[in-house]
Amino acid sequence: MSAARDVVDATGAPVVAGTDETAGVANWSLWIGGGLVGLVVVMALVSFAWTPYDPYFVDVTNRFGGPSPTNLLGTDQFGRDVLSRLMVGARTTLFVGIVSVGVAGVVGTPLGILMGMAPAWLHRILLRANDLLLAFPALLLAIMFAAVFGPSTATAMVAIGIGTIPVFARIARSGTVQVMSSEYVLAARSAGRRGVRLAVRHVLPNIASLLLVQASVSFAIAILAEAALSFLQFGTPSPIPSWGLMLFQAQSVLAVNPGLTVWPGVGIAVAVLGFNLLGDGLRDRFDPRLAGHQ
Amino acid sequence: MTDPTPHPTSSERPAPGFRGDAHTRRGGGGGDGPRDDGPGGGGPGGGGPILEVVDLVRSFRRPRTSLFRSPGAVEALRGVSLEVRAGQRFGIVGESGSGKSTLLRLMAALDQPTSGTVSFRGRTVSGVPERRLGFLRDDLQVVFQDPMGSLDPRMRVADIITEPLVAQGHGDRDARLAELLDAVGLPDGAGRRWPHQFSGGQRQRIAIARALSTRPRVLLADEPVSALDVSVRAQILNLLADLVDAYDLTLVFVSHDLTVVRHLCDTIAVMRAGEVVETGPTAAVADDPQHPYTRQLLGAVPTLQGALAGRDAATLARRARADDPEEPS
Repeated sequence: MSAARDVVDATGAPVVAGTDETAGVANWSLWIGGGLVGLVVVMALVSFAWTPYDPYFVDVTNRFGGPSPTNLLGTDQFGRDVLSRLMVGARTTLFVGIVSVGVAGVVGTPLGILMGMAPAWLHRILLRANDLLLAFPALLLAIMFAAVFGPSTATAMVAIGIGTIPVFARIARSGTVQVMSSEYVLAARSAGRRGVRLAVRHVLPNIASLLLVQASVSFAIAILAEAALSFLQFGTPSPIPSWGLMLFQAQSVLAVNPGLTVWPGVGIAVAVLGFNLLGDGLRDRFDPRLAGHQ
Repeated sequence: MTDPTPHPTSSERPAPGFRGDAHTRRGGGGGDGPRDDGPGGGGPGGGGPILEVVDLVRSFRRPRTSLFRSPGAVEALRGVSLEVRAGQRFGIVGESGSGKSTLLRLMAALDQPTSGTVSFRGRTVSGVPERRLGFLRDDLQVVFQDPMGSLDPRMRVADIITEPLVAQGHGDRDARLAELLDAVGLPDGAGRRWPHQFSGGQRQRIAIARALSTRPRVLLADEPVSALDVSVRAQILNLLADLVDAYDLTLVFVSHDLTVVRHLCDTIAVMRAGEVVETGPTAAVADDPQHPYTRQLLGAVPTLQGALAGRDAATLARRARADDPEEPS
């Protein structure tokens, strides 16, 4: 009995932990991460309405133009405006992140909750199966997909999403196991709640913060994965602007104009750092006891 | 756990408040006797127990510590048999680890026994799939120990209290909510607030309101005041006692605190190491304990055995309090 109580005490808190206690403490990760992510989001949103130039407009007379009042970040080897391409590239980056994290979350979360609520024997089997999938690298899966379906942004993000499913399943599972051992779930069960309704009413709201943190971290990983795939020509095909692709194209003229690699590189770094910091900040916010870990 | 000495009252008629022979038998009935069970109440034979536990065993597997050795098991319950009659206030006392909370969870069908049966009004509830336990969920409710942990932090109080009604598909929830808030002494506006905005005592009132929402016949309480400040314990206990009277409830009250059980219950079962060692009317058990363990509980004497068994100062202090005649009960 006392053992069961301890479990509740130890696990009630992370899901219960409110925001009141930490309100006074400066959460730099959250603000800096939020700021960097905000920058990328604003860039992508503005690109829908306005870019300095058409990102596809080729102007051969203006190749390798350095930063100037007309082209703030210069032009590439085809004379295309780098800032415009960077802005539209942010769109691609965020789109890939949203879709792949969406796929992973929508499929992985129910799987994880199912795992956490399943009887012990089924739980053990599903957990091992999940571990097996977790060991398979997402990037390899994406390259396989690109080989079969042809390289495209859609292929890349679906492959990254599928590769991230086990990550979400694992997080959702551990959260569910904690919630299921709490007294409020016992109370709900004695009230007659079970199955899907128990999961939707009690488990999901209480693991939502865990999932949000994981989403932010997975978002960063997805951005990096898409950039890597595009760089390797397995992702977004030319001429669609993508930061990874821009990096690849700049790399081919590295000897002539090394400056071109800087901007897509900065873009990727800012987005990845932003989402990682945001994830850390959110975690500290929801569960102050874990601050500084991981 | 057979009492080696023949018991002076063993020749009297067997008490209805217990069964089995692994523990000390006591004479006398179950408190002031079974009340009117109402239409449809009671098990077969009308006067049968409302809640019956037969030879209940529950063992938990220990976590594996070695790759080659079997991890073994902890026996939380070792053949417990009990009968609770309608209208009784049945107290279960024992130190922590004696299996009383495990027993309560099995009674509420929140856990499955390793062997043995639990039946409610003559219908078996152990081993029955959840979807066929509707009759139990309506008529038997639980109040848990920790009012911080037993309320979902992401639900408003109104939703918490009416959850059993929603789960069972009952209508007219708003009227019932107002009624329940009034019954447990919470303000009308409490329903719109969140659990963390209430104190421990108030949260336990919320938990009690939830337990009463379906108008159950049996209320199980798992140490409902042990997590509360001493100053609010009496309030919550009196509230429970009043509600049990007002709604003609059968109460099963689990506690490590003999004073509390003595104050509230008419029948006591004493548990130790997964077995019931003594059952009988409160007055008889408390004033004339037969089993050595009950005497020990009452006496709360620090013993070498106790120290070797790992009983700490807090447990002893509780026992001392339980035995203090000066302590208002």
